[in-house]
Amino acid sequence: MTTEAKKVLLDPLIENNPIALQVLGICSALAVTTKMDTALVMCGAVIFVLMASNVSISFLRDYIPTNIRIIVQLTIIASLVIVADQFLKAYVYDISKQLSVFVGLIITNCIIMGRAEAYAMQNGVGSSLLDAVGNGFGYSLILIATALLRELFGAGKIYGQVIFPAVHEGGWYYPNGIMVSSAGAFFIIGLFIWLIRTIRPDQIEEQELG
Amino acid sequence: MRHSTGYIFLFAGAICIICAIVVCSSEVSLSELHKNNARLDKQKNILYAAGLARSSENLSSEDVQLRFGRVKAIAIHVEDGELAPEIDPDFYDARKAAVDPKAGRSAPPNASAIKRMARHAIIYHILEDSGEVGMIVLPIEGYGLWGTLYGFLALDADAKTVRGLTYYQHKETPGLGGEVDNPDWKALWPDRVAFDESGEVAIEVIKGQAGLPVGDPHRIDGLSGATITSRGVTNMLHFWLGEDGFGPYLKNFTQVNNDSIK
Amino acid sequence: MTEHYLSLAVKAVFVENMALAFFLGMCSFLAVSKKVSTAIGLGYAVIFVLTVTIPFNNIIFNFFLRPGALTWIDPSLAQEDLSFLGFLCYIGTIAAMVQIVEMTTDRFAPKLYAALGVFLPLIAVNCAILGGSLFMVERDYTLIESTVFGLGSGIGWFLAITALAAIRERMRYSNVPSGLRGLGITFILTGLMAIGFMAFAGIQL
Repeated sequence: MTTEAKKVLLDPLIENNPIALQVLGICSALAVTTKMDTALVMCGAVIFVLMASNVSISFLRDYIPTNIRIIVQLTIIASLVIVADQFLKAYVYDISKQLSVFVGLIITNCIIMGRAEAYAMQNGVGSSLLDAVGNGFGYSLILIATALLRELFGAGKIYGQVIFPAVHEGGWYYPNGIMVSSAGAFFIIGLFIWLIRTIRPDQIEEQELG
Repeated sequence: MRHSTGYIFLFAGAICIICAIVVCSSEVSLSELHKNNARLDKQKNILYAAGLARSSENLSSEDVQLRFGRVKAIAIHVEDGELAPEIDPDFYDARKAAVDPKAGRSAPPNASAIKRMARHAIIYHILEDSGEVGMIVLPIEGYGLWGTLYGFLALDADAKTVRGLTYYQHKETPGLGGEVDNPDWKALWPDRVAFDESGEVAIEVIKGQAGLPVGDPHRIDGLSGATITSRGVTNMLHFWLGEDGFGPYLKNFTQVNNDSIK
Repeated sequence: MTEHYLSLAVKAVFVENMALAFFLGMCSFLAVSKKVSTAIGLGYAVIFVLTVTIPFNNIIFNFFLRPGALTWIDPSLAQEDLSFLGFLCYIGTIAAMVQIVEMTTDRFAPKLYAALGVFLPLIAVNCAILGGSLFMVERDYTLIESTVFGLGSGIGWFLAITALAAIRERMRYSNVPSGLRGLGITFILTGLMAIGFMAFAGIQL
């Protein structure tokens, strides 16, 4: 693999993470991360839609008229999301029920639109696919890590398996309600950003002077 | 890059057609699976509500069919609670009927934000091995926080004691209101009593913790962090067990049951 | 009747605040809240687009997509249910509306365009806008109710982003750990604001 391709693929994991640095795709990161299984299915759906949309938009990039490009991109993305939604309903019915409106909101997940606009419109099909995979996994990394912490501290479980037996099930652990509420997700992602920026001090933002 | 107006229209049209084909073909090819999933899910939920299956079990569709053999679907008129033999319970879709101008009617004022309801309903009797009715399973629905919750309430043959409550479709927040699916919360329902001494609906999801069914028969623990969903559950139980819901049917049922005992 | 609409509006602004109770439109919420003036610009644009798109999608839903909605074309279509096309139609409407709004303001109100212009393309992918339409369908609002709801939720979002921007401007004078500076502390701030807004949850009007 060339260094260029490797960079496109691996950069979004830590160096240029879509959630922690590009501020894309936050809404779903908050809503579906109370449990591991919903987070995993959501990641799968987002990676699928991101790959398919990047490939098809990159394929069409020379033919899309500039003044209607946003609506064309949205149409393609929305169709892909409907297809993903249909598949989830057909094969993982239970989890798709729990994800409810948030599958539909993948359409407005800025990662997909953002990568289409910022990368796929300018680059070839191959590297757009790599970009999609990289960003998809960068997104999944944060999502799964957040879900892991929220499920562990919010319910005492990991992927539905009891780790800390909760008090109301006869154990000793008092589940932390803040973790389950969306505010908990904000705190965890905020702390993740702190962690990443401690490892990579070049990402630290300039002090704004008024 | 500049394009002519004609090209733009042509391009937009082509994209629309391609997307429409992709979306419709996936819908058409998967709709059988969706229907099967939805039906299986409904049957499973009737079994869960009735305690004939547990959600921790991994049921194959054959298992569900087998256990569903004890379930008898019955069509009734909601308003007077009489049987409706003219309706085939296998093909009646209450949600479609509710919006139909003839088969549905506007619902009486209620706290569950139910606007229209079907004139008929499909309820289920769970038969004992002896052939007697052991349980009645009633379909319920009502508004929570994000949308309508659809579920089943199982009552004992005394038409008073709750045997189970299960929701099969809702859009509540995962982890908060979504905990209506939590087996631990659902396990709190059996043996609670839905009506008080005077026959009024008394069951209530409270804020905080309730006692054991023996000492505290009418109250259930609230879902923590989900006050609105909890209140929605209370409201819909009051509506569906009351006079505008299945109240008349439950009265008829007790009457017939008592007569047959005498 | 007025009372009903008023309570719907108050609910949409405070109790069911799009940004802080449902966490919709977070990307632009976090990214465009560095300065109060830009936050206000984006806020106005959101109010405007929500008030236009929600009633419009309401019409589309009621006349085309809802099960049995096509009877006005031909009674034989009563069984058709096109609601699976919902996402596609709503987002299409939103994107088209945003572009139409962009073009008309540019043509007829250049001053307004100068203020809102840069934000309009951002709004097509703001999930508060699509979320608003999905809620409208979910809650079965009438045309007038959806207009009130659109206006109310727009104002709510506007208030939330202005409040966050004001706090962030103040933050310049505080000594934030370097790794948290900017985005990190904004996440934590939003979490705290969300906890504050939880106080409104469950208020019945």
